[in-house]
Order: sequence, then C-alpha cells, then structure tokens
Amino acid sequence: MNKQFVSKPLSFHLNGKLVNVASSEGRRLSEVLRDELGAKDVKIGCNAGDCGACTVLVDGDPICACLMLSEAAEGCEVETVSGLYEADTLTQKLAESFLNHGAAQCGICTPGMIVSATALLHQNPSPCEAEVKDALAGVLCRCTGYRKIIDAVMQAPSVANESDGHVGQPLRHVDGVEKVSGQVKFGDDIAPQSCLEVLIIRAPFNHASFRFGDLEDFRTKNGIDAVLTAKDIPGENTFGVIPGFIDQPVFAEKFVRFKGEAVAAIVGDPADLRALDLSKFPISWDEKSAYLSTIDAQQQNAIQLHEGRTGNVMCAGYVSCGNAEKALKEADVVVSGNFNTGIVEHAYIEPEAGFAEVRDGRLEIHACTQAPVMDLESLELILAMDRRNIRIVPTAVGGGFGSKLDLSVQPFLALAALKTQKPVRLCYTRAESLQSSTKRHPSDINLTIGADNSGKIKGFLFDGVFDTGAYASWGPTVANRVPVHASGPYVVTDYTASTKGVYTNNPPSGAFRGFGVPQTAISQESLFDELAEILNIDPLEFRIKNALDNHKATVCGQVFEKGVGIKACLEALQPAWHSERKKAGTLNSEGGAIKYGVGLAAGWYGCGNTSLPNPSTIKSGILSDGRIRLHQGAVDIGQGANTVISQIFATVLGLPVEQVERVDADTDVTPDAGKTSASRQTFVSGNASRLSAQHLRRQITERMNVAFEAELSFQGAQVIAVDGGQTHNLALQTLPQDDEGFVFRAEGTYDPPTKPLDEKGQGNPYAQFGYAAHLAVVSVDTKLGIVKPKKFVTAHDVGKAINPMLVEGQVHGGVAQGMGMALMEEYIAGRTENLHDYLIPTIGDVPEIVTHIIEEKDAHGPFGAKGLGEHVLIPTAPAILNAIKDAVGVRLYKIPATPSRVLAAIKDRAGG
Amino acid sequence: MAVYVPSSLEDALDILQDPECIVISGGTDYFPALKRCSGVKKLVSLMNITETQGLKSDRTGIRIGAALTWAQLIKSNLPPAFDALKKAGRQVGSVQIQNAATVVGNLCNASPAADGIPALLALNAEVELHSAMRGRRQISLMEFVKGVRKTDRKLDEIVTSIFVPRPPEGMKSVFLKLGSREYLVISIAMTALNVVLDKSGRVTDMRVAVGACSSVAQRLRSLENEALGKLLSEIQLNPEHLSVLSPIDDVRASAMYRRDAVLEQIRQAFFEVKS
Repeated sequence: MNKQFVSKPLSFHLNGKLVNVASSEGRRLSEVLRDELGAKDVKIGCNAGDCGACTVLVDGDPICACLMLSEAAEGCEVETVSGLYEADTLTQKLAESFLNHGAAQCGICTPGMIVSATALLHQNPSPCEAEVKDALAGVLCRCTGYRKIIDAVMQAPSVANESDGHVGQPLRHVDGVEKVSGQVKFGDDIAPQSCLEVLIIRAPFNHASFRFGDLEDFRTKNGIDAVLTAKDIPGENTFGVIPGFIDQPVFAEKFVRFKGEAVAAIVGDPADLRALDLSKFPISWDEKSAYLSTIDAQQQNAIQLHEGRTGNVMCAGYVSCGNAEKALKEADVVVSGNFNTGIVEHAYIEPEAGFAEVRDGRLEIHACTQAPVMDLESLELILAMDRRNIRIVPTAVGGGFGSKLDLSVQPFLALAALKTQKPVRLCYTRAESLQSSTKRHPSDINLTIGADNSGKIKGFLFDGVFDTGAYASWGPTVANRVPVHASGPYVVTDYTASTKGVYTNNPPSGAFRGFGVPQTAISQESLFDELAEILNIDPLEFRIKNALDNHKATVCGQVFEKGVGIKACLEALQPAWHSERKKAGTLNSEGGAIKYGVGLAAGWYGCGNTSLPNPSTIKSGILSDGRIRLHQGAVDIGQGANTVISQIFATVLGLPVEQVERVDADTDVTPDAGKTSASRQTFVSGNASRLSAQHLRRQITERMNVAFEAELSFQGAQVIAVDGGQTHNLALQTLPQDDEGFVFRAEGTYDPPTKPLDEKGQGNPYAQFGYAAHLAVVSVDTKLGIVKPKKFVTAHDVGKAINPMLVEGQVHGGVAQGMGMALMEEYIAGRTENLHDYLIPTIGDVPEIVTHIIEEKDAHGPFGAKGLGEHVLIPTAPAILNAIKDAVGVRLYKIPATPSRVLAAIKDRAGG
Repeated sequence: MAVYVPSSLEDALDILQDPECIVISGGTDYFPALKRCSGVKKLVSLMNITETQGLKSDRTGIRIGAALTWAQLIKSNLPPAFDALKKAGRQVGSVQIQNAATVVGNLCNASPAADGIPALLALNAEVELHSAMRGRRQISLMEFVKGVRKTDRKLDEIVTSIFVPRPPEGMKSVFLKLGSREYLVISIAMTALNVVLDKSGRVTDMRVAVGACSSVAQRLRSLENEALGKLLSEIQLNPEHLSVLSPIDDVRASAMYRRDAVLEQIRQAFFEVKS
C-alpha cells in the first residue's frame, strides 16, 4: 500500500479561521464541525440530506454537511450560520428580516434556511418567489409553513413593529435573535465535547420475544462502560402519562410490542461505539405475528397485548345527548361513511436528544421536552429517587407538536449517568426518532348524520376506533376528547359519540396537535358537505345555519355566555368562498385535464385538560437593581410562549417587554407552568402570568401608596408611579431582599374552571374553546391524480390576538401540517423510517395562506385570549378533501390522498 | 478508519487493489446508507482525481467526468439533447445535493429511481471503467446497471466517465418526474424522451426511457420502433408499449398507477416536444 495517501490531519477554514482536526476518520463534515470544532449551530435533523438543517457553505456553495466527507473539506472555506451572521452583512439583513416576519419558530431549521438563503442572495439580490423556493427547497421546516420564510427572504415589508410589545402588538419573538444567529442550544447542543454516548438497542420486529446472551462478556470485550437493561432500573420499569395507563417499559422485558422498542442501551466512549460490531450484540429474537390494525387486534383469537385489557381494548369514551337514533329515523336526509386515517408522524426536525450528568449527588437532565415537571415525576418513579435530587432543564425544543410530552431520551440518559457517574449524551437517529416516538392515532370512524329539509342537523351517530399502538401514551385523552369534539362547532341536539382505543403492534400513538380531533373533523366535515349537496344548500350556508353560538348548548350540555366565534369565522370566509368558486368555475370551463375545486371545513378545540385540574404557576419579581425577572416555566417549543407570556406580563405591569428579563423553564428555578399541550399555554400560563404581574403591581402600588392602576415605569433601581398627576418614586435598593435577591416577588396560579363529565359525557369539559374555519382551493390533475393546494383562506377565533404575527405563524404551520396529513403523510414501520420515504410538505407545496383573525373575547382567557396551537390544523384536511370532491366529484374516505389513491377514485367514478 | 484522497487515477486504482476499500464521490448516497457501526475500514474519495474532472467534448461525443457534480452539469453549455438530463439534475434532491452529488455516482448507486439514468439511456450513454490490472473498458449503460443497487463495476474498478455519443442534429429532449410533493422527492415514475423530428414533423429518431417502474430503468423499444416515420400525433400509445416495465406496489404508489402515469407522462412529453 502506498503510504502517501493515508489521511493526514485535516485543515480548512471555518468561518474565516484556520482550523485543524487531528483525526477526522472518514466522518461526516457535520460531525467534525459539531463534535471536534464545537460548531453546534450546524443542526442535524436526518443525516441523510433530506432536511437540510445542516446546510453550510463550502467555498460559497450550500451543501449538506451531513453528506460531505470531512476530508473533502481540506483547504476549503466552510461557513456556518453563526459565522455568516457575524461577518456577512447580507446574512445580518436576512436575519433581521426573519425576525420581522416571525420566520423562525422553533429555530431548528433556521440555520439551514439562512445559510441557503444567503447563498441565493449572493447570486441574486432580489429573487422572485419561485427562485426562493428552488434555493430553499432543500431545507424542511415543520413549524412555519414556509410562507413567512419566503416573505423574509424576499424582504417583504416588516410585520413586526417597534413598540412596547404590549398585548395586541406584533412583537418579534423575544428569543428570536439567538435562533437566527445560531446561538440557541437544542437537545444535542449541551453536552461537552467527547463525553460518553448512549446507543440504544431496539427491536427489529413489530412483535417478538427475545433473550439476552452474555452482556457482561460483550461489555468487557468491547471496552464499553455499561450495558443497561431492565435489570438496571432501580425503580419501576414503566412510564406513561395518564394515571391508570402507565404501561410502557423503559426497556422491554422478554418481549417487545413494536418495532423500534428499546431493549438495552450501550454506554461508552464515542470512538468505541463507532467501532462496535452490533451484529455481535448478544441477543436472540423470536418473531411473533403482529397486529398492525385495530381490526386484526380485535379478532377473536388475537393475543392480548396487555394484561387486563380484554380484546386489546385500552379504554372507551362516550358523549350522548338527546336521542340520536330516533332523530336519524325522523330525519329527511341521512348520510353515512366509513373514514380511515393512517399513522402520522410529528417529524419535527430536531430528533430527541439530551445530556445528563450527576452534579453534587443530584441528577441533571438537559433534554428537549414539552413537559419538564412530568418528566421529573416519571423519573422519580423509574429511578426510585427523591425528586429533590432530580433537575430537569429543558433545552430549546426543535419542534414538538405533542410527541415531546412523552419521555424519550430522559430515562436512558438518567440511568447511564447514574450507572457510570459520568456525563452522557444521547441523540436519536432519525430512524430511531421515527420508530420510537409517538404518532397521531390512526382512526377507523363510522359516522351517520341526518338533517331535515331545512338543513338543520337531526341525529348524529359517531363510532370511532383509534389505534393507540403498543402502549397507551395519550390514547385515553384521545378517546375522551373525540366524543366531546366530534360534533364540530355546531348545534347537535341528538348525538351519540363512542370511541375506543385499541392496542396494536404499531408504534405508540400519543399526543399530536389536536388529540384525535383532526381525524374526527375529516368524517364530520365531509358528511356535512354530502348533506348540503343532497339538500341543495350552499355548504357555507349549511354550516352557518348549524353553527354553535353563545347561549346554545354543546353536545356536552355546556353553554357559553360569550366567546363562541364560529359563526364569525364562517362569515369571514364568505367573500373568498364566492370569489374563489367563481374563479375555479371559469378555469374549469376552459377544459383540460386539470380541474379546480374549492372546499370548506370548520373546527373547534377545547383548551386545556378535559375536566381535570390543569394549573400553571408563573413567578416574577423585581431585583434591588431594578431588573424585572419573569420565571417563565411554560416550555416554548417554537409556538411563542416566551413571547406571548412576556407580552401579557409586561402589559399588566406596564412596562415595555424589552425590560422583562426571562428565566426559562428549569425545575429548580421555575414553578410548574404545566405541559405545553392542548393549546393551553396562552390561556392557562398566560393567565398565570397576568395574575403574577397583577400581584406584583399590587405590592408595588400598595408600597408606594398609589392606586393599583397607576402608571408605573422602571428606571434603573427606581420605580416611578404617576397617579392622578402626581409622581412618586421608590428606591428599590432601600428595600429588604429575599434569598433570591427580590425586593418584590409574586406568584400567579391559574387553573381553568371546568366541571366533570357525567356518564353521558354531560358537563363542562373546558373553560374555553377556540374556533376555526378554512377554505382550500385545489387543483386536481385528472390524468395523474395529483392534488395541489393553490390557496388557503383561514379564519381563526382567538378571542384576542396577543401577538397577531405569531397567530399567523401558528396558522401557517398548522395548515402545512394539515396539508401533509391530507395529501402525503403515512408512517409505515420498516418502510418509511426516514424523511425521504416519510414525506412532509416542502417549501414548494404550501401555497398562499390568507389569515383572518377573529376576536370574540373569551370569558376566562387573558385579555379574552383563547388557545390556538391545535385549532390551526383541524379544518385543513377536510377542507382539502371537500375541495377535491368539488373539483372532480370524488370523495376520499381514506387519507393520505396520494396521487395513486386519487387517480384510482377518479377511475372508479368513471367506471373504469 | 483510513481515508485516501488520491489526485491521480493511477494512485486511485493502485489503492483499489485492496478489496477492503470503499469508494465514495459526492457522498450523498454513501452517508445516508451508512449504518451507525458501519465497519468501514478504508475509504477512497474519488473527487480529487485530475483525470475525471469536468466535461470533455469532441467530434464523437461528450464525456462526463466522474467528478462532475449535478450542479456543474446543469451550468454546462450542452446541446438541447441534454435538456432532459439537466432537468433530471435539477430534481436530484436539492441544491445542496446537486452541489455535492455526481452524475456518475447516480449510476453507480443504481437505485431503480435514479434520476439520471432514464435521460442517459435516452442519450445512448456508455460507461467507461478503469482498473489497475485490466485497464480500460467501455460498456453501454444498459450493460452497466444490472439490477437494484447492482452494477457491472468490479471492486477494483473505477468508473471514470460517462460517454455520450454526439446526438443527432436537432434532437430535442424532455424529462418528466412524478412524486407526491414538489421538491426532494423520490420518483413514483419518470420518463425521458429524446426525439428528432424531420421538417414535416415525422419521427426520425426516438428514445423513450422510463425509471422507477422496474428494477432498472428501461427503454421502450417497441414504442420507439413504432414511432419511426410517424407524426407524434399519429402514435397510438397503449399498455403494450410498457411490456418491458415491471412496476411494483410500494409506499409511493400502486403498480397500476405507475402504468397509467407512465402513459400519461409519455403523452405529456410528446406534447412538450411539439410545443
């Protein structure tokens, strides 16, 4: 062998500085940048070139650092987002524009977007939309729906304004700068260089029993620090989220129930782990037949997957009012349908990741999570450890959408850190993330709805079976939420909705934006269109006629005195409904294979837990030097809790938002603001923030002996109050400090008022609902079955838009996810375990989205605000399906509506 | 792991006599397929070999060097017969991928859905290989791609270029790719059409190649032969023309859909060529 070719130490320029890497060993450039050179602003989403988060410039050209051999960078100029942000005026301008449009939500794709856009702008300073799409198409975003990114790159006029940022102002994200500059730290950005890593051994089968060989022999032979299995768990080997349904093991014992389930973990030095031959891992498998649908799992002879769950039924849900069967008999028109949806993956661009270490005898876990306190409570049981000895510090979360409510890396990190007493790091591969994270529940829904000739709904009978996968996770929540929501935001007086959650060998289904309601809305909104068609009533009129209103009872018998905004949402769509249908009609009259259609759908969503306590606490205080601190424990997963909760706080206290110093979630220092789920943070934690600010204001004004409403300003270590034309001063340094240095300190706790549901599901499940209606314009290629959304017009009743720019951002992101669910997304274990087989919308797929913000003030929300996060995708899929029907006359009962399925339906209708 | 970045073909071929060596060009197929504990011991990057850089053109044809990336190909000045290949290139992953991935690598990876293969088949492309022991050989692309992820390349061989015989004057070409989303999509089906029409619009030369509908992309010879001497509008497309295809049902589409879609793509390709 010719020695001269053996690789030598690698050297190249990184952001203008010469760097040397002693040992690059054929690794990806991304790994070398992150692990050897500390360039954590290069994000890893897939390691396959599918997501583009790792985009860097090499000699000016954008490439995926995850696909570049590090040695190939020898002598090159490599630039990352942080370097560009520091040195390149184009990037700085672009970053400003991102902030002005709210184009960075969670921020995990932002480095890839900004680097790609910088490369484009260098060549083409004023690109058109198509050019922006071509240039940015290699970067996937799961939060924004891309529209604001396009606006930002095209330097559209700023949406954000320069103001005090009070409620109602389109304030920039308060944590935006760290995202656009690449400084923000996500789950895998915390661990120190070359700390131990954890590698999980996972089931290769959907259902199998297994047996370990000599693990200790494997460990010693390979110089591994530890091999962990169920035997290493000091406490209980189970986790879950709903009392009574805590059924998932950290490590499976004896048998596995889904492909990708963890059975063991190897902890070792990164180089040793890379050198492992995993085919030698001592485990033998015995594959069993698997149930991959609820029908299979409910067959008479089906094996019971969980003790005590006969027929593999996990739980059931039920809501009933009036007499549905009788009403259906009396109805003039009755329609019914069987609707099926598949497994949908959250596909956040940040895989589950974290870091743990034992410090002064206490376990500290830094990981991406939506629910730090729930993590703490679960770990307390798993580790049999006093919770005072566990600290959870949520990192920035690169997208969550519900799945990061459940434990993922945390128990493995905890066990590994405790066992080795060394710092440990774990970042799931994309395949691991896809295999093991929770999913949207596949559904099998039978629905029958009746109406009288005037178009009034008469009888509604819903039966939904939801595939909860191998473990319960949030399945019970879905089973309970769906019957409450299945009517949609309409008056339905004769109603019965039953649900069942069924175990299968699919990955666990859990929380995913909407908790079963998006699936349900597909069936209800599709059949509403069918009824309107038979009755020859305009579909929008039909919905308005049946819309829920103030003083009218929901299917749970709940009556709202104010804030029911669905009618206003539907009415807001009226102009577009007429103009878009006219346009579509004109286009269709021109003939050709492409047909246009317009569809509508509405939705509602109850914010917070269903009839259960759901408190948030927000702490705040003023330090003697005049700094105003907000302990904001509501995890911001990109939706904007940091911004919105700060805005509410600042408004009540009466200071500009920029004066608020935030302390982010950390179980040691922030009180429990609950989980980021169920669209509750603006509503519940927002209220806690409001109360916290009120308490603070009360203390200050009382101390200063001025009216509660006095105008306050905070100047240095002084508070100045203007009350009735008189100015009062308070020198903060003269006041006694508490042990945290606060001279004033307050906590606000809010728990939404709900009432339990009785055996017929009657009660007050939520203190508030939010409302939404979407209009979709699509084109359908009748020869190829390709459906392209052309435009969305949306109307959302948010009570009060605390930040209209963020509201739009949520809507755009929700529409994009709803679109994905309707048209392309379906997870199949073993077949779509990457982001090129599991497809999510790209920048080219999301069309113009018009957003109407409706503000029907809620009785309980802060400033009348309602939650929004989940509402935004509920109407999207049914609106698209209704538009397809409008375009080509075929109704799809199974989604995603892939070209293959759509063409088959078109051919069926044509009788061919 | 040892990594070699040879700058001459001779050195590269010398290294490759060691059967433990894995070759890599742009890396866009190597890294996604890389298992966590891969066991790869020796890696040879082919991107710096002087002899395989760039495009070369002479009277007989055009030679696409093995180190030529898709981005470089797209920017090259080539006759209209290469339009389909360029269009395929613009749909290989993203700009990021096109900046790294090579045209030759796309052939060597031999995916049934390789974006470059149909257009190259329609160009009657040939593949040039070198080995230290056996020297140079050049075979047709059809002979080179043998099946799913299988090629005729021996372990000690390097594909040094793709040779495209100079296309006839006036040859036009069209490429159509079908997927479930706008960008970054693996084909459900794709069709490349290269055609020469005489002054009256009659076909004097036609090559139609279809990808993602069989383990290796196929030329539709029966259609090509039938088309000779006809106006495009006179050609009656029928399922028999697809008899060499063997599409499968997979997550992307059904086999039946693929057959329908290919016929439609050919129709659209005819339409595009005319306009």
